[in-house]
Parts: sequence; structure tokens; C-alpha cells
Amino acid sequence: MMNAVAPTNDLAPLAAETPILEMRGISQIFPGVKALDGVSIRLYPGQVTALIGENGAGKSTLVKILTGIYRPNEGEILIDDQPISFPSAQAAIDAGVTAIHQETVLFDELTVGENIFLGHAPRTRFGTIDWRQINSRSKALMHQLESEIDPTIRLRDLSIAQRHLVAIARALSVEARIVIMDEPTAALSRKEIDDLFRIVEGLKRQGKAILFISHKFDEVYEIAENFVVFRDGRAVGQGKLKTTPQDEIVRLMVGRDVKDVFPKVTVEIGAPVLAVHGYSHPTEFRDISFELRRGEILGVYGLIGAGRSELCQSLFGITRPSTGRLTLEGQPIEIRSSSDAIRAGIVYVPEERGRHGLALPMPIFQNMSLPSLKKTSRSGFLKAANELALARKYAERLDLRAAALSVPVGTLSGGNQQKVVIGKWLATRPKVIILDEPTKGIDIGSKAAVHGFISELAAEGLSIIMVSSELPEILGMSDRVMVMREGLAAGVFERERLSAEVLVRAATGNQ
Amino acid sequence: MNRFLKNREILLVVIIAIMVAGFSTRAPGFASPGNLANIFNDTSILIILALGQMTVILTKSIDLSVAANLAFTGMAVAMTNAAYPDLPLALLIVMAIGIGAFLGAINGFLVWALQIPPIVVTLGTLTIYRGMAFVLSGGGWVNAHQMTPSFLNIPRTPVLGLPILSWIAIVIVLGAWFVLTRLPFGRAAYASGGNPTAAVYAGIDIGWTRFLAFVLSGALAGLSSYLWVSRYAVAYVDIAAGFELDTVAACVIGGISIAGGIGSVAGAVLGSLFLGVIKNALPVIGISPFAQMAISGIVIVLAVVFNARAEKKAGRIILRDRAAPEVSA
Repeated sequence: MMNAVAPTNDLAPLAAETPILEMRGISQIFPGVKALDGVSIRLYPGQVTALIGENGAGKSTLVKILTGIYRPNEGEILIDDQPISFPSAQAAIDAGVTAIHQETVLFDELTVGENIFLGHAPRTRFGTIDWRQINSRSKALMHQLESEIDPTIRLRDLSIAQRHLVAIARALSVEARIVIMDEPTAALSRKEIDDLFRIVEGLKRQGKAILFISHKFDEVYEIAENFVVFRDGRAVGQGKLKTTPQDEIVRLMVGRDVKDVFPKVTVEIGAPVLAVHGYSHPTEFRDISFELRRGEILGVYGLIGAGRSELCQSLFGITRPSTGRLTLEGQPIEIRSSSDAIRAGIVYVPEERGRHGLALPMPIFQNMSLPSLKKTSRSGFLKAANELALARKYAERLDLRAAALSVPVGTLSGGNQQKVVIGKWLATRPKVIILDEPTKGIDIGSKAAVHGFISELAAEGLSIIMVSSELPEILGMSDRVMVMREGLAAGVFERERLSAEVLVRAATGNQ
Repeated sequence: MNRFLKNREILLVVIIAIMVAGFSTRAPGFASPGNLANIFNDTSILIILALGQMTVILTKSIDLSVAANLAFTGMAVAMTNAAYPDLPLALLIVMAIGIGAFLGAINGFLVWALQIPPIVVTLGTLTIYRGMAFVLSGGGWVNAHQMTPSFLNIPRTPVLGLPILSWIAIVIVLGAWFVLTRLPFGRAAYASGGNPTAAVYAGIDIGWTRFLAFVLSGALAGLSSYLWVSRYAVAYVDIAAGFELDTVAACVIGGISIAGGIGSVAGAVLGSLFLGVIKNALPVIGISPFAQMAISGIVIVLAVVFNARAEKKAGRIILRDRAAPEVSA
């Protein structure tokens, strides 16, 4: 099974084995974005192929093609050397492709068994749903996953990890030969990851081909045989992990010098601007204290669920802390709502720009002026000319690409939408700007631009809190880093002491 | 979207024009200026109510109680007029608007403070307000002979060729346009419906915005109540029964998105006129009254289907937005 093959970017040596599934020259084009550009990959029976790449590299698009959600603009898919197309999600399932998604799509109000067999429930000979079979087969599937969850309990009563098992059981309830796992470990603890890997080993023994998407290298090396690296929609390298050092994969993944992506400018750090004392929330975080100085970029790092976003939202007045004090430039302040925060000069650029950031049907300039309406209005009346002037100023500054400022924000590409969100908050002339995952979901070119811009803001004397899950971004941009773990501040590290290892250790609690 | 919306509104104008032209081949004089002015006058109340409904819908809510509000307030105003004929009309109108606004505020308060879904709140108050009208009147009618002449005649007095009723509608249309495009409240309404979370993040109090929208809708229902009672010269419990659905239909036909955040005053007005033309044309071209309701219904469904298709086109833009993060995740 494990032929020793030299690392290579060439497909030829791998061709010695027979792939179950092959994708040739797949391209997927969205308006304004070429998400995939002539990608070819192969999946082999009994082997795990790791798909590695940064956010925006096209991994999820590939998954959507394989599961019949998107139809590629170019290229072909072969199963057992037979060309095949997936006109629908059902067609992909029929062809034996199943996927376990990053965010599992399950139904809280249905039982475990119903969730597993939704859409393909076994029938009795009268055509009604065969509950006995659903429950017995669910039980067998859960047993196979070394779990004894009762198939008749409702999903909402399960923990996140248990739900994940249900999602896996659902994926395995169809006769699948190709299993796609899209960042399956993102929300799991180390023990749960070990359990998951045992399941994956079991699937390998059954001869299934597995596409494993992750950007955690240790996991990839632990579980996968082959790798494919995506960058900017292209497959830039593939081969055997056994003979490929990690550095090589990082080089392929980033494809450029770290310096270019993180144009950190050394800025004179000034006096303290914002001081947080003993901030606590009933459930999300406890006893957080830190100080933020003029011109400083404070990185906030931690795993998903560590309470980072919740902390930032409470600094912005969206959720209220139970205890804690806040001082801004030496003056104690109280923030009860987002309009209090905006007035005080604290703004928050949310992580999910679609959900929290922009009203998509509204024109660009109206989105930009929304938090600044008091400033652009004259004696209580809206002044479109002022709003346009404001929008034009920040559009120019951020190099926003749009046909006109009066077009709806929904027509812009992801990177440009992010610029509108940032512009709208800069227009309020804040003192403190909180950036929650500022480059999540945008391509690497726009990333460098956003980073450059963050540095510029710091140089102008703004104080920045930057929440990020991406280590290179935290390492490259921060003056100091606060690491959060399970709602607590696990440590604050000065730039000189920063290293990936230190931060990961603090974030995971592995000393 | 602006250009697209304008196109849609121009499209509606064209469709209405074609309908008028078509009907006038069957009923000569249908397209005469006098008859068109009549149709506009007939539709005035619907236009006023649809503008209130539209403001509520923009904030991702719905007001099903407008017609019941109209019935209760109309009854109260008519009974007051019958009992105290000496009260000046201006006072009665202020009273109508005030009662309507108060009933709207009850809706708004329940939606805002108790976080109950608007459709549930207004379904409840719909029944309550009509029940209150029954309690108030004891099931009785207020007939024309009990009302004062000025109460009955002022809305139909022609000024510059149009009855005052039509002029009131025109003033309300301009006012609604001003409120929705020139006041921060209007912007807050669009933002609250377009993306409630983003609105909260931008410092907009969406609860308060919805409350104000309901108050506005209630106030317009109150104003309409006087206009309605005066126009039909009678007040009883069941006036305007089911009319709330006409206001929703007018909005939907006019391209106001039921999901909130999208729509224009011109759209609501044209949607109302569309319904007004059909209602006026069917009897004229000799369609049996029994078939009329069914035919209006079919036309409304067709308009909604057409709208859904148009929204799908807009949906592609939304899809692109969805595609972008997905590309990256």
C-alpha cells in the first residue's frame, strides 16, 4: 500500500497505483473569482490524501464539486477510469462520494436515527418508513464508531463531539467508497481527535479512499499517506508525506516570503489607550485584564471556543459583561450598547462580514455611512452628498474596486466587501479598532493588502486588537499577543518572546 | 439594485398602462382622464395603508392588524361624530390618527419588548381590535344620516380637479418618500431589514426602529379609518375586513421584499394602483361579481410569481456573495 516514492510535483510516480477517483483539469469560476484553476487530483483506495492549503486556496470549492453542489466550468471527474458528472448532490452520493462537512448540517429537533437516514430512510414493503431498521442500522453504525449513542434521542441533547459522530455516521450510512472529511478536527479535543483517527484507520482498512482536509500539520502527518497542496486555486504540489519534510509543504502552501504577506511596520508605541480590568461574562470568559497602547497591535490568539470573539463583542457592547471595568484614555467608561462603543471610539469589524457586517441589498455608500449617520446628517436629515463624500474618501483609501458607490454591496467580491466593512468603521474615526479574523476567507493577495493597511493604521496612532486563528498572521503582525484558553487569559507575550510553539502551548494548555 | 428596481418600477408602469389600454378596448372611456382620476381616488386608501405596511415590512416585520385598526378607529371616530356633531373635523382627524398610532404602538411594543414574532402579535391584535370595535359599537352601525355633512363631504370636495381624498394620498406618498429616504429612521428601517445583525453592530436600535414602523403604520391606518368611513358613509364592525391582505399584496406586487430591506415608495404605490385598476376594470368589462374575487386572486398570484422570478435574478448576487466565502473556507 505504501510504495516509497520520492516527493515530487509530478503525477506520474503515483500513477503506479490505480486511483478510485480522479479529477482532471478542474476549473471553477465565480463572478470575479477563479476559485479553482485546472486542478488535478487522485484518490487511492485504502489511503488518506491530505488536502492542504490556506483559507481561500479553493479547498472547499473542490469539496463542493465532489459532492455535486457546484458544477465545474472545465475538467472531468473519473471514477474507476469512467468519466462521470454530478448534476446533483444525490448523483454524487449515488456514485459513492460522501462528505463530512466542517460545519455539520444536522437537525436539532430530529432524533439521531432520523438525522442519519434523512433523505434515504429504509422503507417497509408498504412504502412507509421502517423505523425498526432505522434504529437498528443507526445503532450498528454508531457501534462501528465505538459509540453507544441511543438512536432515538434528539440531536439537541448531544454534545458537539457526539453530533460530530452522528455526522460521520450519516456519511457512512450510504454505500460510499470515497469519504471527504472537511476539517473534521476543527471543533474537537485531542482525545476526540484520537477517536476520530481510529475511525479513519478503520475506513482505510475497508479500502475507502479518504480526502482529508486540514491545515494542522501534525494531524496530517499522523493520518495521511498522500498530500495535495492548493494555493490560490491551483494544485501546486502533491506526493507522499512520508518522504516530504514539513518545510517543503509550508513553502508550497505559502508560496512567498512571509515578509511580503506581513508587512509589519515598527511603530512607536505610545501611552495606554484602553485598559480592561477583570472583565467577566457568566459563561464565555472570566477575569480578563489587559492594556492597549497607542499604535499597538495586540494579537488575540486561541482555539475556537476560547472566548475571543465573545470578549470583543462585549467590549463593543453587543453582549454585556457581568463584571469588569473599562477605562479609555484614563477615563472610566461604561459601554451598554454598540452605539455607546461607537461614540466612545471603539469599533468592531466582525468576523462574518455577511452576517454581521453588511446589509447586502443596500448601496455601498449607505453601508459605509451607516454608523456615521449622525456626522453626515444635517439637523436630522440625511445628506446623500455627505454620505457619498465620506464613502468616496474611504473607498479611495482602501482601493475599493466597484462600478459605482451606489451599487449594492452584495455585488462585490469578498475582498472588496471586507474593504467596505473596514471603511465603514474607519469612517467613524475610532481610537480603538477590533478586528475579528480580518483576513478570513479572502485571497492571499488581498490579505497582504489588508495587513499593509493594518500596519498603516497602527502607524497613524490607532490602537488595534486583532483576533486571529492564523498563527502566521498573529506572529507576523502583533506587538503583543494575549492567548486565551477556555475563557481565561492564558498569557500575554511580548513580540520578542513570540514563537508558534509558545502560543500553541499556551492555547492548548500542553505544557 | 437601484437600476434593477427602477426597471421593475418602469415595468410595472408599462404593465398597468397595457392593462388600462386593454380594458379600454372593451369599455370605451376606461382610459379617459376622468376615469383614471376616479381609479386613483378609489385606490387612495389602499395606497396610504400600503405605505405603512411597506415601512413595517422593510424592517422584516408584518402588520396584519391594519384593517382591524381601521375598523376600530373608524367606529370610534364615527360614533364621536354622531354623538358630538359640534366637534371640529380637524380634532376628529387628529383623534383618528392618535388612536391608530396608539394601537400601532401596542403592536410595536409587543414586538420590541416581548420579542414576539410580528406575525403572531398582529394576528392576535387583528382579532382584538375587531373585537373591540364590536364591544364599542355593540354590533350597531353608524349610518350616513348620523354623520355631519362636513364629516362626509370634505374628502370628496374637488380641489384643482382632484378630490381632497386623492390629495391626501399624494401628500402621504411624498411624506413617506421623504421619511424613508431623507430621515435616519428610514435608513434604519432599510438596515434593520437588510441585515438586522449588521444594523445592531452599526449602533442602530432595531427594536426601536420596528416600534416606530408599527406606530407609523398604525397612524396611517387611523387616518385611513376616517377616510374610509367618510367615503362609504357608514361604520360597522366588518368594514375593511380582509383589507390587510390587500396592503400586503400591493407591497409584494410593488417589489417590496417580504424578507425586509428591499423596496421603494414608488413600488408600493404602483402595486396599489395595479390592484386598483383590476378591481375597477373587472365590473366594467362585465365579469360576474362571483368571478371577480377569484380573478383578482389569480392576478395577485401571477404578480407574486413574477416577483419571485425577478428576486431570483437578484438572488444570483447573493449567491455570489455566498460563493466568495465558500471559495475560501
